[in-house]
Amino acid sequence: MTAVTADSHEASKAYEAVFDAAVAADERIEPRDWMPEGYRTGLIRQIAQHAHSEIIGMQPEANWITRAPSLRRKAILLAKVQDEAGHGLYLYSAAETLGASRDDLLDKLHSGRQKYSSIFNYPTLTWADVGAIGWLVDGAAITNQVPLCRCSYGPYARAMIRVCKEESFHQRQGYESLLALSRGTPEQHAMAQDAVDRWWWPSLMMFGPPDDESAHSAQSMAWKIKRHSNDELRQRFVDICVPQAESLGLTLPDPDLKWNEERGHHDFGAIDWAEFREVLKGNGPCNEQRITQRRRAHEDGAWVRQAAAAYAAKHREATA
Amino acid sequence: MTAADPATAPASAAPALAAEAALALGDDALMLSHRLAEWAGHAPELEEEVALANIALDLLGQARVLLSLVGDEDELAYLREERAFRNAQLTEQPNGDFAHTIVRQLYFSTYQRLLYGRLTAAAGAGTGDGGLGGLAAKAVKEVAYHQDHAEQWTLRLGDGTEESHRRTQAAVDALWRFTGELFQPLPGLAAVDWTELESDWLTSVTAVLGRATLTVPDGPRTGAWRAGAGRQGLHTESFGRMLAEMQHLHRSHPGATW
Repeated sequence: MTAVTADSHEASKAYEAVFDAAVAADERIEPRDWMPEGYRTGLIRQIAQHAHSEIIGMQPEANWITRAPSLRRKAILLAKVQDEAGHGLYLYSAAETLGASRDDLLDKLHSGRQKYSSIFNYPTLTWADVGAIGWLVDGAAITNQVPLCRCSYGPYARAMIRVCKEESFHQRQGYESLLALSRGTPEQHAMAQDAVDRWWWPSLMMFGPPDDESAHSAQSMAWKIKRHSNDELRQRFVDICVPQAESLGLTLPDPDLKWNEERGHHDFGAIDWAEFREVLKGNGPCNEQRITQRRRAHEDGAWVRQAAAAYAAKHREATA
Repeated sequence: MTAADPATAPASAAPALAAEAALALGDDALMLSHRLAEWAGHAPELEEEVALANIALDLLGQARVLLSLVGDEDELAYLREERAFRNAQLTEQPNGDFAHTIVRQLYFSTYQRLLYGRLTAAAGAGTGDGGLGGLAAKAVKEVAYHQDHAEQWTLRLGDGTEESHRRTQAAVDALWRFTGELFQPLPGLAAVDWTELESDWLTSVTAVLGRATLTVPDGPRTGAWRAGAGRQGLHTESFGRMLAEMQHLHRSHPGATW
């Protein structure tokens, strides 16, 4: 614990100088190091919401496990959903190094005081959505998360290195699944195109609001939690996706999407920020369903957790 | 691949193989895997999300190997009707609450561990494993983990709170009648002494239930239509709906590859 007392204003200044120098030198901040309160609370919020996204993100994909059309695809999807639970666990552990508790963070998720990624409020309506999530949603997540592997907070950066390795694997599998559909029967191809049409814009929204409306960006970049702006990462993602869509034989649902020779980037159409804000406010297609399922799993499991705690207590007494 | 393609029909199985046994054990693993996968996103703890999915994935892997010994795995999984499945009724039982799921796991993983242990030993000795020794040797490590998971949870739930004890005893009682079927001899597995397997299973399960402060039921373990018919393709009513969900997409696109 590194709370600075009121009588140590000078010491606080000295700590801050050490912290700033470490960040400037690209050194990692570790759990026992002094850090500004805003750095600590901002990171807890960001890491927790990242963890929540992994946990809520299990739902749209788990929706298709029991209907997966081949045993191979079923195994891949089951492994992926399992990985997501594991990513949630890494991330809650990283948040706990900052003094938060997992129970408290889950409570904040369940009561709506902390958010999760807007993308998981969209429904998976066909099997192709599973492939589109792998390609686009995991692709966007990786674009966001690779720079976080160099984030100034050590435990978060290390969690991201592990997460990114697994996410890249999922993303390739998603692409490969869409490719199989795209090259399959006309019905399968249409299913793949429909999924991409529905997931493209929500995926672009995953990078957050435009730079001039992003509340936390400037401070996050100064502290080297974030390395690139929302719009930079979104542009990078679009540039990556365009040739991939071409090789998939699928189109992206944006009539304004075209290569801009001067910028050396693709121009793309306007994002519907009104929709984004509605989803963030809880008015997306699945917000209610996602949080209700999460709460129910937690509430229905209460007796199981109580049993485990009671058994552990008895066992401790017995061996004490 | 279509059902009508004779080249991929189950009849193409190697003659030395205990195809009937591989089909029954493959169907067991496939159905139990499917049930466990239904937990994804609903488990009481994140650690259990990982554990239940992990076990489901192991079982699905076993199912794929076993079904592939008999024919095309997808054709067998997705294009057979309810009456053609050979899984024990225990493995198709709905998840119920967490206690039901755990007790189903205890009963089944204990059986699998004892059976696969014997098949592995038979393969080592070169006698009568029906061609399943290779699968068993790999799977025995997985099922040892599954059994440990089920035992640890049976202890926690049985000897936890009053509520968890009550729920677990209810599960122990409700699923008991489905356990006898597991010990009907499967053809081709000459190395297995099924009577001894059953008595080892009873000893193991009785010991765990005892340590968990649970009572071993005195009801029948088989009887009439209630249990013991899955191996003949007679299943419980929830099975048809489970298959409908599992097979729907595959059947909607005949001949498609995924």
